[in-house]
Amino acid sequence: MSVTAQDTGSAGRQIPDRLKSPMQRFLGSWELLLLGVAVAVFILNSFASPYFLDPWNLSDATFNFTEKAMIAFAMALLIISGEIDLSVASIIALASTAMGFAVQMGADTPMLILIGLGVGLACGAFNGALVTGLGLPSIVVTIGTMSLFRGISYIVLGDKAYTGYPSDFAFFGQGYVWWVISFEFLLFALVAIVFAVILHRTNFGRAVYVIGNNPVGALFSGIRVTRVKFALFLLTGLMSGVAAICLTSRLGATRPSIAFGWELEVVTMVVLGGVSILGGSGSIPGVVIAAFVMGMVTFGFGLLNVPGIVMSIFIGLLLIGVIALPRIARRILAKRKA
Amino acid sequence: MKLWKSLLAATAVAAVTIANPAQAEDKRIALVVKALGIGFFEAAAKGAEEAAKELGDVEIIYTGPTDTTAEGQIEVINALIAQKVDAIAISANDQDALVPALKKAMDRGITVISWDSGVAPEGRQLHLNPSSNPLIGNMIIKLAADHLPDGGDVAVLSASATATNQNIWIEEMNKVKDNYPGINVVATVYGDDLADKSYREAQGLMQTYPDLKAIIAPTSVGIVAAAQAVSDAEKAGQINVTGLGLPSEMAGHIETGASKSFAIWNPIDLGYSATMLAYNLSTGKAEAAPGAEIEMGRMGTLTLNDSNEGAMADPFVYDSSNIDDFKDIF
Repeated sequence: MSVTAQDTGSAGRQIPDRLKSPMQRFLGSWELLLLGVAVAVFILNSFASPYFLDPWNLSDATFNFTEKAMIAFAMALLIISGEIDLSVASIIALASTAMGFAVQMGADTPMLILIGLGVGLACGAFNGALVTGLGLPSIVVTIGTMSLFRGISYIVLGDKAYTGYPSDFAFFGQGYVWWVISFEFLLFALVAIVFAVILHRTNFGRAVYVIGNNPVGALFSGIRVTRVKFALFLLTGLMSGVAAICLTSRLGATRPSIAFGWELEVVTMVVLGGVSILGGSGSIPGVVIAAFVMGMVTFGFGLLNVPGIVMSIFIGLLLIGVIALPRIARRILAKRKA
Repeated sequence: MKLWKSLLAATAVAAVTIANPAQAEDKRIALVVKALGIGFFEAAAKGAEEAAKELGDVEIIYTGPTDTTAEGQIEVINALIAQKVDAIAISANDQDALVPALKKAMDRGITVISWDSGVAPEGRQLHLNPSSNPLIGNMIIKLAADHLPDGGDVAVLSASATATNQNIWIEEMNKVKDNYPGINVVATVYGDDLADKSYREAQGLMQTYPDLKAIIAPTSVGIVAAAQAVSDAEKAGQINVTGLGLPSEMAGHIETGASKSFAIWNPIDLGYSATMLAYNLSTGKAEAAPGAEIEMGRMGTLTLNDSNEGAMADPFVYDSSNIDDFKDIF
């Protein structure tokens, strides 16, 4: 969203704060393109399988993305600020292991929630401290903690599993709030709104964009860059804790391989949502739509019993396609003008 | 817009080629495996297709996640529930984590069984084990005895001294060894499932017992190492290495004669039996309850124990007559 100041060509009395009207911006936006993809996937799915347009089936399908999407919102902010956290799936594993351990010690559901969130926050703080305190590159730090956090789970659990979660704990991953609306889906919607407000309506959100575009400039403008970044790592850890609670509750068991490989799916969701991997731009609505696209594509293919590897290939093509498209279009437009 | 169009086209093509609407009266049985692209499970799918052909009105949906995770299998199960399949036969990546998803499937009227790798009892109607400990214990000594009509000394090369499976099998073997007169079990040594240690232990056996006629290794690591040791000592043909092994790893030793035969489950039979069981439960021809006997076509019947588990058959014997058919499978 970098807007360069231009001479408006008029008498120069007034400089508009936006070059295009919101409507114009929306029409040329990434979100609209993604929305098109989402609608196309939805329509194709309903033609391809007679089972797609069933409220319960669609509700089941949301479980394919809600937990990952909740992390993706926090990850979006982190990537916009120019950092990344690849340890999120391992944080899930560690938080889930801690909760499983607590169950063996006789902890009840509220205690489990606190432990899940607490471990998430602690892991986020650890990442944040290494990145902002020691000035290490976040990709290196979090590749390290990715092995570290999951490694601890493997040491604690080995080839065993924690089970025996209290029955009321199952609500978070298996419960329904109203008709087909699951608790997880409601939580996903609330989290989306909270993150949209944080990013698009607060000073903190503006600071995230500024840091991503120009960290040195941000520092000299009086933004507390390290504090903002540390907060973003905390937030990502916290959301990983939330995802750990939901996933553990949905599975009813903890194994050290839980959520294996999710970090890349989360990053894929964020990038597909139009967040620049180099930082500085992106939006929460984009990530929301990307979550739906990925969820519907995997569920639609699942209904047709397409092998998982074909699904991965398709998601990969989708990612490359959707990212390459605007660049190709821009290049063609530029040629025409010239 | 070319890319956009080709993306759409790709989806449409995928949809058309893969959507294969079954006839309404067909029973749709889903064979869910730990992960796609594993030879063992591809062979099981072959067995399932064989059963489907025999039954006539069955469509097999062979599916599974890309990697061996419980989360991946849950996504697959959700998609199968949505399609309202008639039965799910699953080899589970996690015996506990799949329970909520499989319970949901059963609540919606889907028959659920596990095979190969089981699910906790509350998440399935029955579990099909490829074999049972007594059958395996009997098979490993029978393999040695079959090639020793006049009897002789045999030794056991196991995994570690604390390996639960191997200890149970050897115990079961000892229970039935009186049925094989003339066979003397002279020693049990432990190779710890390490190739080099197993190799040295096998060498030691040959030196300590010059009259040794057979080595029984109920472990896929030990059997290969022992066969190699026998080959290297140029005693192939004099000492027969047998036990439990994988066809792909043992093919060479069958060829040289270091091993005359060995056993392991047959994945084709396993897929076949799982399909038969799922079909019989889902059509109401049989009910899963402790003590029940359920038909499995050419594999006979499955008898369920108190936790609704049953053993399919003796481990399948591989020798020079059939090794070539299986060595590329697993």
